[in-house]
Amino acid sequence: MEDNQTPAPPAVFDVREITFRYRQVTALDHLSLAVSPGKRIALLGANGSGKSTLLRVLDGLAFPEKGEVVFFGEPLGEARLQNFEFACKFRRRVGLVFQNPDVQLFCPTVMDEVAFGPLQLQWPRERVQESVDKMLEVMKISHIKDRSPHHLSTGEKKRVALASVLVVDPEVLLLDEPTAALDPSSASQMIDFLVGLRGEGKTVVTATHDLDIVEDIADECFVFQAGQVAAQGTPNEILSRQSLLEQTHLLHAHRHIHGNNVTHSHPHLHSHKH
Amino acid sequence: MNFLENSLAGFLNALEHALDAEDLARRRGLLQRLDPRIKVAGIAGLVIAAAMARRLWVIAAIFAVALLLAAASRISPILLARRVWIPVLFFTGIIALPAPFVIPGRIVWTFPWLGWAVTAQGLKSAAFLVSRVETAATLSVLLILSTPWNAVLKALRMLRVPVVVVVILGMAYRYIFLLLDNARDMLESRRSRMMGEMSGPDYRRMATASVGVLMSRSLQLGGDVYSAMLARGFQGEVYVLEDFRTAAFDWVMLSVFAALAAAAIYYGR
Repeated sequence: MEDNQTPAPPAVFDVREITFRYRQVTALDHLSLAVSPGKRIALLGANGSGKSTLLRVLDGLAFPEKGEVVFFGEPLGEARLQNFEFACKFRRRVGLVFQNPDVQLFCPTVMDEVAFGPLQLQWPRERVQESVDKMLEVMKISHIKDRSPHHLSTGEKKRVALASVLVVDPEVLLLDEPTAALDPSSASQMIDFLVGLRGEGKTVVTATHDLDIVEDIADECFVFQAGQVAAQGTPNEILSRQSLLEQTHLLHAHRHIHGNNVTHSHPHLHSHKH
Repeated sequence: MNFLENSLAGFLNALEHALDAEDLARRRGLLQRLDPRIKVAGIAGLVIAAAMARRLWVIAAIFAVALLLAAASRISPILLARRVWIPVLFFTGIIALPAPFVIPGRIVWTFPWLGWAVTAQGLKSAAFLVSRVETAATLSVLLILSTPWNAVLKALRMLRVPVVVVVILGMAYRYIFLLLDNARDMLESRRSRMMGEMSGPDYRRMATASVGVLMSRSLQLGGDVYSAMLARGFQGEVYVLEDFRTAAFDWVMLSVFAALAAAAIYYGR
């Protein structure tokens, strides 16, 4: 009898037992996980739990000393990325937005910054100009296109950093603490934008320790602790496990005042409104 | 304030000037409207004409043109006096000072007690030197103040400077601000926790440690920036967007500059 079941598409990233060390410090310790196409993944963990290192490994910027990362069925190694054609294809498909926008914004102007990626991928000039203009419009940064990144606010820098990655329309977006250091209004705009990506079918992997945004930006969560995956599940499942969140330093007790002037403390999730 | 803080204050002051220049370059004005290549060519023509002129009135006329350009570009004469005229007068004045006494010619005045004679030819030579330098410096500063740094970088590309040099210059300019901000934060954080003065050896130790920390941060930042470049497709070759477009106005202005320079060279013979 013929099997009519279509085979499952290969994972975007299949991370197999990887270990990564910064000199004596183990950042990732025999870590395994898989990212399916079109999924929105949140990597949750306290500072130093290995989230950012994993994003660098997924983006082919750091390579594990043990284990391997497979990208759409192809091993992602240093030698592979030195191949011009593969590197172009990979960089076109995967974009990483760094936590610190000052690291990412190295060009003299916003326009040059957004054009950098397409130019390195050797797109024709007309296509570069057209894509850049469109992205500046989408991200509402056309009015600052001739300004130097040094003159921008943190919120503007983050938007430019995101634009500089989205301009090549990557299938996979890796985001490192997208709301870090943003004021509430800019953070809210960023979250709205990330929620809007849902309809575009992109695979989005977000590293964050901000539990307030997880339900909005993720379908699946991996909780990190000491370079390993401590738990995996839907945002609801993870957020309901209070002891896990306390153990992984994602949840803490803090003193606060309720409307009836009762001051007390207990660990809880909230949106900073009491 | 000690040496380290003085130096840093100096750097930050220079940074403020750079930011002022960027603001001026973004104002709506005559020079700001011009394509940087046209501006470089036009102003270079006037500078050459001033250098070649053998009549003071011609140099004065070019200087007047520079003043008109400054006014049309909303660049204040006070700023020019502070940035150009006074410093240039000081430095070229020192060079020109002996000329009225050492160049032979018709004596117009003699110092009462010293008996030093001031000659008309010497005064004329000094006036030529100072006026030429003042005019050339004013025009050059107008170019710098009316052109954003990124446009200068792109104009360098047009002048066939290798792309890698232009990119390194651009990144150096970009990150010098960040490192200065870092250095300032470090010093302020130290000052906020200090009571009284530090002894000389302690101060030197602290200064050395601060330089070390800043160096280490710079290296870290350099590595991170390189990663960010790789992440966006950098593979050793740099490509830049060269998006200069000349309009009819640019060509009109180039003709005006060329006519002025030609007239100055003709009448200044």
